[in-house]
Amino acid sequence: MSKAVADAPPRLAPGKGRVLGQPVARLEDGPLVRGRGLFAADVNFPRQLAMRVVRSQIAHGRLVSLDTAEARALPGVVAVWTAAEVSDIPPIPFRATKVRGLEPYCQPILARERVRYVGEPIAVVFAEDAYIAEDAADLVVAEIDELPVVLDAAAEPAEFLPGNSTEPTIVRKEYGDVDAAFRAAHAVIELDLSVGRHSGVPMETRGAIARYVAAHDVLELHGTAKKQHWNRDEIARLLGRPPTGVHLFEGHVGGGFGVRGELYPEDLLVCLAAMRLDRPVKWIEDRREHLVATNHSRQQRHLIRGAVDADGRLLAIDDVFFHDQGAYVRTHGARVADLAAGMLPGPYRLPAYRVAGHFRLTNKTPAATYRAPGRFETTFVRERLMDAIAVRLDLDPIELRRRNLVTEAEMPHVRPVDTLGVDVVLDSGDYIGLMDQALAQFGWDAVQRDLTARRAAGDCVGAGLAFFVEKSGLGPSDGVRISIDATGGVELVSGAASVGQGMETALAQICAEALGVDYRRIRVVRGRTDRIEFGNGAHASRVTVMSGSATYHAALAVRGMALDTAAQLLQARPEDLAIEDGQVVRAAAPGVPLIALAEVARQMGPNSPLMRGRTPGLTAERWFYSEHMTYPYGVHLALVRIDRATGEVRVEKYLVANDVGRAVNPMMVEGQMVGGFAQGLGGALFEEFRYDERGQPLSTTFADYLIPTLSEMPAVDVLIAEDAPSPLNPLGVKGAGEGGTNAVGAAIAAAVDDALRRPGAIVSLPILPRTVRRHTEEPT
Amino acid sequence: MKPPVFAYHDPRSVEEAVGLLGRLENTRLLAGGQSLMPMLNMRFVFPDHVIDLNRIETLAGIVQDAETIRIGAMTRQRDIADSALVRDRLPLLTEALAHVGHRQTRNRGTIGGSLCHLDPAAELVAAAANLDATIEIAGPDGVRTLSMAAFPRGFMTPAIEPDEMVTAVRMPLPQRGHGFSFMEFARRHGDFAIVSVAVLLVLAPDRRIARASITLGGVGAVPLRMVEAEALLVGHEPGAALFERAAETCRAIDALEDAQVPGWYRRQLAGVLMARALATARARAEGVST
Repeated sequence: MSKAVADAPPRLAPGKGRVLGQPVARLEDGPLVRGRGLFAADVNFPRQLAMRVVRSQIAHGRLVSLDTAEARALPGVVAVWTAAEVSDIPPIPFRATKVRGLEPYCQPILARERVRYVGEPIAVVFAEDAYIAEDAADLVVAEIDELPVVLDAAAEPAEFLPGNSTEPTIVRKEYGDVDAAFRAAHAVIELDLSVGRHSGVPMETRGAIARYVAAHDVLELHGTAKKQHWNRDEIARLLGRPPTGVHLFEGHVGGGFGVRGELYPEDLLVCLAAMRLDRPVKWIEDRREHLVATNHSRQQRHLIRGAVDADGRLLAIDDVFFHDQGAYVRTHGARVADLAAGMLPGPYRLPAYRVAGHFRLTNKTPAATYRAPGRFETTFVRERLMDAIAVRLDLDPIELRRRNLVTEAEMPHVRPVDTLGVDVVLDSGDYIGLMDQALAQFGWDAVQRDLTARRAAGDCVGAGLAFFVEKSGLGPSDGVRISIDATGGVELVSGAASVGQGMETALAQICAEALGVDYRRIRVVRGRTDRIEFGNGAHASRVTVMSGSATYHAALAVRGMALDTAAQLLQARPEDLAIEDGQVVRAAAPGVPLIALAEVARQMGPNSPLMRGRTPGLTAERWFYSEHMTYPYGVHLALVRIDRATGEVRVEKYLVANDVGRAVNPMMVEGQMVGGFAQGLGGALFEEFRYDERGQPLSTTFADYLIPTLSEMPAVDVLIAEDAPSPLNPLGVKGAGEGGTNAVGAAIAAAVDDALRRPGAIVSLPILPRTVRRHTEEPT
Repeated sequence: MKPPVFAYHDPRSVEEAVGLLGRLENTRLLAGGQSLMPMLNMRFVFPDHVIDLNRIETLAGIVQDAETIRIGAMTRQRDIADSALVRDRLPLLTEALAHVGHRQTRNRGTIGGSLCHLDPAAELVAAAANLDATIEIAGPDGVRTLSMAAFPRGFMTPAIEPDEMVTAVRMPLPQRGHGFSFMEFARRHGDFAIVSVAVLLVLAPDRRIARASITLGGVGAVPLRMVEAEALLVGHEPGAALFERAAETCRAIDALEDAQVPGWYRRQLAGVLMARALATARARAEGVST
């Protein structure tokens, strides 16, 4: 539970506020819609060099030699590096984890003796412009002795290095007497289920621009995202500089989704080059690189067994899964496998559980988190299991879920497993209540009647649903500093980051509500290590929970300070005063401004007599701590139509229902749901990183890696519930970033099964037309 | 994603362009750039010279004479799609264009560029083959013509010489009131077709099929005129059973196999689409709204 802090703020009462909870316009959009954004490629410095990475074309091999002579000789080329030139830089580390033994699997910034995936950086060129750099990169000749490739994580492990197998660890979690449960079971249901390799593919590719400012002895990195402070600390450590001599800056980020803002080889290479070559260095990833170099995700195969009693109540789940990590362990360590193992039980009462996640390396692009990591996969697996149980016991799938969902009375529900190093305690929720609301909003009964009629007329149509539990607000801490200047302007400095999700607006709304100012007067500073000493960035649906709570706390503190000073100036009691629209007023006479916050801030300046002997400034910094995550939840309902003759699946109707505790900005939450759904739709029906038998990637352009477009998107209905505020933070909020994605694969698979009238037909994602065609009967 | 070094030329006339083609080695013609520019940026092609046709004004335009519509090679796909004349006389072409990329790419993409690029899955290639188009080709010795049937020399290779260029495509006008249909199966709207089918049906006054043209795109290296199916149809009254028999000829196709799509699936899709397109074309020929 949240630690009690001496001046912890009171819980905010439920309900919509003046600005908190309102669908106000986003603060971020001005420069974006006017074409004045600052994305990585927009950052330029005088005298900058362009960097181009030479990448392995071989999936696995011994790197015999690299001939860079011709590349070096090209006019305009400043330097060409191979591993020999960067041998003093350690491999890229991973963030803190309880999993041991991952170190040998970390990625060097340039391949040393071996290449392990197509796309792995093997050399790097620095030149006067991007054209010359690419010309020179083409002149680097690599001699590589091909080695056998490992492409199937479910196959027997092979050797990674002498003494290290391709299975660094098995993620194991267990509670209850699983074996006894299976022995006593009325029925045991077994499934073999797979989720395809896909990932977050943001519109903006990665980019990194580094420069060394000798005048200040500071190395700057621009084009960063998500995790500036951790990245700053690691870059400093790897380059042997003090953290105060390295600063990271964030402009706009054209989509994060988990993949952006991690520390990649290219980030270190531009930093190192900026120092060594003493010129700014710019690298912008191109799309072909992106599809082989930026983190992949999702690929898992699960062999799951469920034990149930005669009423369909879950007795135990026993799951063995194979996680395809790709060629190296990156910054997330074994986090996705750990999340899969920890989150698989989802919303159901599960007396016994055992999972073994085989975390295995293959000769593909390294994998890490993608929106709803470990949950998109395991929701598919768990909900497929629930549907299979319903079929086996001849129960309605909704009734089966109703019998197994953890009830409101059982909250908080302690599940004796951990994930991400914290115990899983489902903090609050009315799962059955939300399912009923969702069924009603979707018109489930009417849909069923309509389906019957359409089937009679020959249509191949079906509906399905999937329940999910998300996680959000990973601790342990986040801080926010709020200051009011002498013009009444408010600055909110946060260690969080913006990946375009609207965090500036959300934090400004929370601050405005607590402080009594116009949210549009609040300037939110984020993603900058030079403005705040610590930060945990923007990931894992944490910002609104963690930084939002810190904002609320800091805003109340500033308000208290302002009222104390105003009371002194007005010779009133602070408790009789309030702040409205930037003016101090008497609480009993709110329409009459007494003194402006600007004036209060002036009176609190360093030269003010009032401040003599005190720390000046109308400013406060507050921290929010959390030892447990908070768990949003929801249900997805899908209606699909299948073209029997071609196997094409079209989603006709879709509902995302998600309880987020409190929607700070319902418009933005809805946007998260719909955008999240679009990515889930990609994983369910379209997107897949495919490889041939030699490990050559087959999805290297947008003609092969199929991201759904507007034409493939159905209208998505969204039900935002606020019935189960989190008890773990003063706002009651839960993260809203990932619920739109989480259950799409599961819900569409259920609907496709239903349309085909073949329960259990769908055992893997993405669901391809030719697979569906195999299940339809119409002859050609 | 930066192109390799090349010399850029921007001739103002066909003669000037043909002169450049004759004088220079390893050239590429730049039309709408919707395929060439990505190929350059991805370094799939390394031309020494790029000859930009966008400033040759005489290469664009749609004109009708007694028996044909002539479309200049540099006419934008969008202009053809929006042409009332084309919609009136060559509605199959209009329908095919709706599947060509997206509005934004059609604004730049040209008919000549698409035909010369000769992607086996390109809609305009299949439509032109089905409409018995004739290609006008300018070279050092003047203009020659080539039937669309003879235009593809092989996979993505038109039968034009290095010192020649396509200047126009001429489509004979089918009889008014003909039936037509262009259908395709693609994973997403705007993608190259996995299989496309173009159908043109002319019914005689006695309601029998007087003329049938059927072309499959995407299944082979070049567009496939389904002459066997066409012969099966002509002289008969249209009907579902007849169309199914015609569609069965797809079973014998030597269909392309690739990483995404196995041959059996392409063959199935071809049969399905052909039967559907024939039904639509028939309904249109009979004046039934579809």
